[in-house]
Amino acid sequence: MLWGVNILISGVFNAAVLFLIAAGLQIVFGVQKIVNLACGSFYALGAYFGITALAWAVKLQLPVATFIPILITSGLLLAAVLGPTVERLLRFVYHRDEHFQLLLTFALVLIFEDIIRIFWGASPLQSNNVYFAFGELPLGHNVAVPNYNLIVIGIALAISLGFGWFLQATRFGKIVRATAENAAMCEALCIDLSKVYVAVFTLGVALGTVGGALVVPAAAASLDMGVELIVDAFAVVIIGGLGSMPGALVGALVVGLTRAAAIWLYPEFEMLAIYVIVIAVLILRPRGLLGKSA
Amino acid sequence: MSVASLNASLTGSTRHGVRPVHVVPLLGLLIIAAFPYIAGPHYAILMFSAMGFAIALMGLNLLFGFTGLLSFGHAMFLAIGAYTAAYLTSAKIMALEAILLTAAGVAIVVAVPIGLLCIRYVKIYFSMLTLAFSMLLYSFLFKFYPITGGDEGLRIKLPTPLLFDLSGLDTVTILTGPMYFYVFGMLIALTFLMWRLTHSAFGLGLRAIRENEQKARYLGVNVQRYRLVAFVIAGVYGALGGVIVAIPVGLAEPSIAYWVQSGNLVFMLLLGGYTNFFGPVLGAILFIFFQDQLMSYTEYWRLTFGVLLAVIVIFFPNGLMGVLDHRRVWST
Repeated sequence: MLWGVNILISGVFNAAVLFLIAAGLQIVFGVQKIVNLACGSFYALGAYFGITALAWAVKLQLPVATFIPILITSGLLLAAVLGPTVERLLRFVYHRDEHFQLLLTFALVLIFEDIIRIFWGASPLQSNNVYFAFGELPLGHNVAVPNYNLIVIGIALAISLGFGWFLQATRFGKIVRATAENAAMCEALCIDLSKVYVAVFTLGVALGTVGGALVVPAAAASLDMGVELIVDAFAVVIIGGLGSMPGALVGALVVGLTRAAAIWLYPEFEMLAIYVIVIAVLILRPRGLLGKSA
Repeated sequence: MSVASLNASLTGSTRHGVRPVHVVPLLGLLIIAAFPYIAGPHYAILMFSAMGFAIALMGLNLLFGFTGLLSFGHAMFLAIGAYTAAYLTSAKIMALEAILLTAAGVAIVVAVPIGLLCIRYVKIYFSMLTLAFSMLLYSFLFKFYPITGGDEGLRIKLPTPLLFDLSGLDTVTILTGPMYFYVFGMLIALTFLMWRLTHSAFGLGLRAIRENEQKARYLGVNVQRYRLVAFVIAGVYGALGGVIVAIPVGLAEPSIAYWVQSGNLVFMLLLGGYTNFFGPVLGAILFIFFQDQLMSYTEYWRLTFGVLLAVIVIFFPNGLMGVLDHRRVWST
């Protein structure tokens, strides 16, 4: 019972954060056809930026309730600056071979890692005790769930629902889906693709930075977190299906829960288990669990 | 990029007389041969590893430049070479020939099943799948401490080629002397082999697949088999290069299989120029020496490298050999 709850809560918490980053990866791939290796860097930048914002909030002795809005706002602000800037750089390679697009995002990974090193130094940063300030939710005796995990799971759920609504029901969401389907036709119908691309890419960055900001009260921010996350995010999109939003959700749950279970039961298998699933999916169902046929 | 010009620069078949792009490989050969005599031991050992990377990159370019498949997991073969060297030397098998042959054998055994899976995909899917396999190997090397030494890795003792009697010499003398020229000879032999391979009907078939898979199939090229063979050969070159790269380090670590290492390999390839046969060799040497110099000046060498890679990708997609090649083959 105890370990079951622990696996579930930490697994779903992992999945919630992973879903945000993978959703960013998916929407950018779906619309711009770019596999963005730098999504992990946005996540790391969001985390460091979040820690700075949090330290500032603690110094001003703001109430705990404001921490979450502050973290989300810091992620959004960062994305508002980063998104359009990086998108401008990527515009150079939109019409190029996709290998070059991948490599340009790899260059960004190298650049952002050092930018973090310059501003925040090389040693990992931790937010002091903010995680515990949120308290715990007792479930019977001896079993308690950290409130913060539940809050983040709730936020990720809200974002995924909001995202679904945005893509399905709003005019701009329809334009985004149409662009993903057939960009040339959209352009012929007088849709300004460059605007769509800036908006979509910024949205993708925002999902990464907000995801990173939300993770810092629970985990330390370190230089490796970006490159390590990409590996997980890739596993998520391969399992779920490249370009599929529901796929990102399913994939994130699979990866998050597998990881939590492996850490609890047999730590050596932590990453191995995820990659065994990835390869099994690729062999049995190459387009991913919920992917469209290529 | 026009197909004719890409093929001309890859295979070097041209009737335009002597140009810089032809002089560079010859000059490079002379420089590598004379290097231990003109540079200090530190740089000679750097060149030693650069030759190892060059061998691995030639394999990578058989996949990317010739077949059009970009592997983002090629570092897994480097790791196979490095760990083979570690296992054999710790089992007192010190003959370099035995290590190289075993590494090549292991690479074939690993590359065939992985290749069979990966070649079902092209473009970005191929890149992601190779990345997934290399990360599988990485997590195995990292986590299974009793077998692989975990994050501490395994020590590699200095192997000895059967050809020479090296008893009584110290490590630096061996690495900058007999062993250096042994590897140099290996580099030349493997370059020659690759040249023959890419100029054969097989090489032509690969290029046909790169340009138009469907057409190649209609012309009787067995696309899947060609891709698999290219993948396996690339894997063998990667493992041989891995042995060489790991010898001066003296340690096989899991980070050699990490995806960032694979990214660096592709970076080297692009730096030298994947459209030129000798681009991989030039790229490996430039990358290793540039990294060494940069790291001694600043701890922010990744930033410089990232900017450099971005500039190459955006403005010089054909790398340095592409710049020297004034036919100006722009990739669009």
